[in-house]
Amino acid sequence: MATGLGRDISKLLMERSVTGRTGAILPAPDVPPQPMPDASLLRTDLGLPEVSEPEVVQYFTNLSQRNFSIDTHFYPLGSCTMKYNPKINDEVSFIPGFAAAHPMQGVEESQGALELLHRLQGFLAEITGLPDVSLSTLAGAHGELAGMLMIRAYHRSRGDTGRLKVAIPDSAHGTNPASAAMAGFEVVELASDADGNVSLEALHEVAGSDLAGVMITLPSTLGLFDTNIVEVCRVVHEAGGLVYGDGANMNALMGKVKLGDLGFDVIHLNLHKTFSTPHGGGGPGAGPVCVAPLLKAFLPTPIVVSANGSQDPSFGLSAPEQSIGKMSGFHGNFGVLVRAYTYIRTLGAAGIKSISSNAVLNANYLMQALKGTYYLPYDRTCMHEVVFSADWQKERGASGLEVAKRLLDYGFHAPTMYFPLIVHEALMIEPTESETRETLDAFIQALKDIDREVTENPDLVTQAPHTTPVSRLDEALAARRPNLKWTPAG
Amino acid sequence: MTTAHFQSHYIPNTEDEQAAMLATLGVSSIDELFLDIPQQHRNPPLDLPDPLSELEIQQELAGLAAKNRPLSSGPSFLGAGAYNHFIPAVVKALMTRGEFLTAYTPYQAEASQGTLQVIYEFQTLISNLYGMEVANAGMYDGATSLAEAVLMACRVTRRERVAIASTVSPSYRQVIQTYCQAQGIQVDVISADAPDVNPETSCLVLQYPNFYGYIEDLEKLSAAAHQQGALLVVSADPTAMGMFQPPGHYGADIITGEGQPLGIPVSYGGPYVGLFSTKQEYIRQMPSRLSGRTVDNQGRTGYVLTLQTREQHIRRERATSNICTNEALYALAATIYLAALGKQGLRQVAELCYQKAHYAAAQIAGLPGYSLSNTNNGAGTFFQEFVVECPAPPAVINRKLMEKDILGGLDISVPPYEMGSGNAMLLCVTEMNTRQDIDALVTALGEFN
Repeated sequence: MATGLGRDISKLLMERSVTGRTGAILPAPDVPPQPMPDASLLRTDLGLPEVSEPEVVQYFTNLSQRNFSIDTHFYPLGSCTMKYNPKINDEVSFIPGFAAAHPMQGVEESQGALELLHRLQGFLAEITGLPDVSLSTLAGAHGELAGMLMIRAYHRSRGDTGRLKVAIPDSAHGTNPASAAMAGFEVVELASDADGNVSLEALHEVAGSDLAGVMITLPSTLGLFDTNIVEVCRVVHEAGGLVYGDGANMNALMGKVKLGDLGFDVIHLNLHKTFSTPHGGGGPGAGPVCVAPLLKAFLPTPIVVSANGSQDPSFGLSAPEQSIGKMSGFHGNFGVLVRAYTYIRTLGAAGIKSISSNAVLNANYLMQALKGTYYLPYDRTCMHEVVFSADWQKERGASGLEVAKRLLDYGFHAPTMYFPLIVHEALMIEPTESETRETLDAFIQALKDIDREVTENPDLVTQAPHTTPVSRLDEALAARRPNLKWTPAG
Repeated sequence: MTTAHFQSHYIPNTEDEQAAMLATLGVSSIDELFLDIPQQHRNPPLDLPDPLSELEIQQELAGLAAKNRPLSSGPSFLGAGAYNHFIPAVVKALMTRGEFLTAYTPYQAEASQGTLQVIYEFQTLISNLYGMEVANAGMYDGATSLAEAVLMACRVTRRERVAIASTVSPSYRQVIQTYCQAQGIQVDVISADAPDVNPETSCLVLQYPNFYGYIEDLEKLSAAAHQQGALLVVSADPTAMGMFQPPGHYGADIITGEGQPLGIPVSYGGPYVGLFSTKQEYIRQMPSRLSGRTVDNQGRTGYVLTLQTREQHIRRERATSNICTNEALYALAATIYLAALGKQGLRQVAELCYQKAHYAAAQIAGLPGYSLSNTNNGAGTFFQEFVVECPAPPAVINRKLMEKDILGGLDISVPPYEMGSGNAMLLCVTEMNTRQDIDALVTALGEFN
């Protein structure tokens, strides 16, 4: 975040507008004037700003400096995998042969794009142990929806229409139950046991002839590898259900275990987490789905197929025979897929595995250093992230939210707060593999200093942050009187 | 060169540092951190190609990219949902700033004021562009945005039938079908000439201009929907909004769109951004994020994500949608684009597209054997795309055009397109096509009469 004031950004674009200014010059028409449509079809007002190019550059540059980002700050936001986003990935996605390839041009004119996508399907299949892949889903939740629709289509294709329930652990991301509901299922919550695993007792209760499947995040959102996972998959399969895997936490597992080997039938991957593509302030992502052979026929369309050089052109697009249909307008978030492909090519098998090794090492290092200062509800070896509770600080008057906000003053982004829901005052910390030991040590020290402040100078914590461009915002006002766009005064 | 232990340049900690960190944990190897994984499944073989250096990656990808035919390599007349428009240099220069590019969703408002203010600007400009009261922070793409609008219309009206005009993009209709299949919503494809809207219809869904480039009679269609208590849902091309009346002018209830034309490369189909706007009265039924203006505890203006009780992380299975990560970076691109072009620039772009497309259409219609299709609901007004009846199958023509390095239009003589009879081709002309390009196309087409 910039120090000093910079240029004033308080005026919005429409307030800066001065009649006659423009930020772009277009060429003059080079064709003879054509008859215009009936005037009644044309608009007379267009509420866009009139600002010059320097103003555009200065305004957005100054706005950018009011963000924390990976490039400027340590960003240990749990379950979000805020790792370094390699610059080469962005650069190659802008090559004209990729950025200016039209999605509706013929496969003959798209062989390079299709070859890249076909290889990426193969890489993701190899990493997950699930052999068939569709890249057309555009985010994690979008992949979840596709996966749940595939599970529905699978049961119906067998005439098994009574499977209306999907069981989801109480620690799951909100997208899981929301996706299951969009796919027409009734959601049943699964309790976790004292070790943070799925409770087998609870699972047995729901594993009946009406169970379509379960949605499991592995490692769980507690940052723990569920030691019951093979048994969970077995129980679900025995009851006739299928196992969906939320791949949000794959950064812990690459090269360590293949989800297909454990019994998962379908998963999505978040390429914008594990595979290093930038989050962009909330997207774009990509949420490819990888499936076991029994779901291959139901994959969303299109998938990329290869004739292995036996015909020309070699690569094409194909619709699986019982496909759930199209999930998006074209073939997926290609620019994101190019970045993920580049990442995997840069690392190779040993590098991919070393990503997960170091992600898990960094998280355990933080856990070990902080577990006397912050309450650790599940004291086990963690995977790529660790969930603490601020209960001990809460007893002294500072909540998890306040501790998190105080971290901003130390120059660190806050951890994920109050999630998973089953941990009081949760602080979920995910350091990722791309941080130095020095950064981790500085972060540990900051959390220890804040703990001391809770006792010695509680206002410093409860009123935080103090150094950001704005302090604590009135969220209740924003929700009570929604102001969602600029309107002219009066 | 290779070492047994691969050290990536993306991983700072050296083997020595890793060993020191392991020592603090009282373990001697990283493998000991993974003992919770069942032993028979631990450390499986992983068959991936050997790693490449950055230089080799650049070379490999340049080779793959060279096997594609980018729009920039020659005259191109393909649209059909993804459009070739001029992108000012400021768009890429600003959107690739690390502070925007490598930030997360702005949940931590005090540390994300840049992104939150951009979203508020985006909501303002998209609302104004469409003539609507509110817009959200964006959806995945134009197709999914329209599908979510259909689901929202069903929630608002508590009805479960949808009437979609046959002139809506076939791929959009397929995505709507995918989204509706599990929710018991019946999707009927209807004619925009004589729309069958009845008291069970939740919404009438249109595209504007329609998939074939033509402007439909929104005034008449809006009345047809509203007379039956159905909502009017329109997917509108944002560039066309530079000159044509926005659907809001005709009383549309939800307006969506593909944001790609607003400064986003065609990029083989994504990432793009879905536009989504509606009336104030429906905001609590909207999907996706909203940035709201508020004040901090010192009275300073600031922005926060708001009305989050609609969303999955609060409401879980009762949320208005499962959407979480959207396309924020491309909402930023669209905002920068609209700021740079502004009121005059967007009008100029729209008029250039209109003028050049009409010039091209007139030239082609003058060729022996070619005619402009007259099957567009009797409404002859088109924007930048139009349907041409050709004297030979479009696939044959397109192959001949490609020999001259001209990318022709979409072959709509085959399913799933509605113009299945004859030799229809959908051509698109934008400000990127010079008169020279157009004349080259016309000359090449003339060789088929």
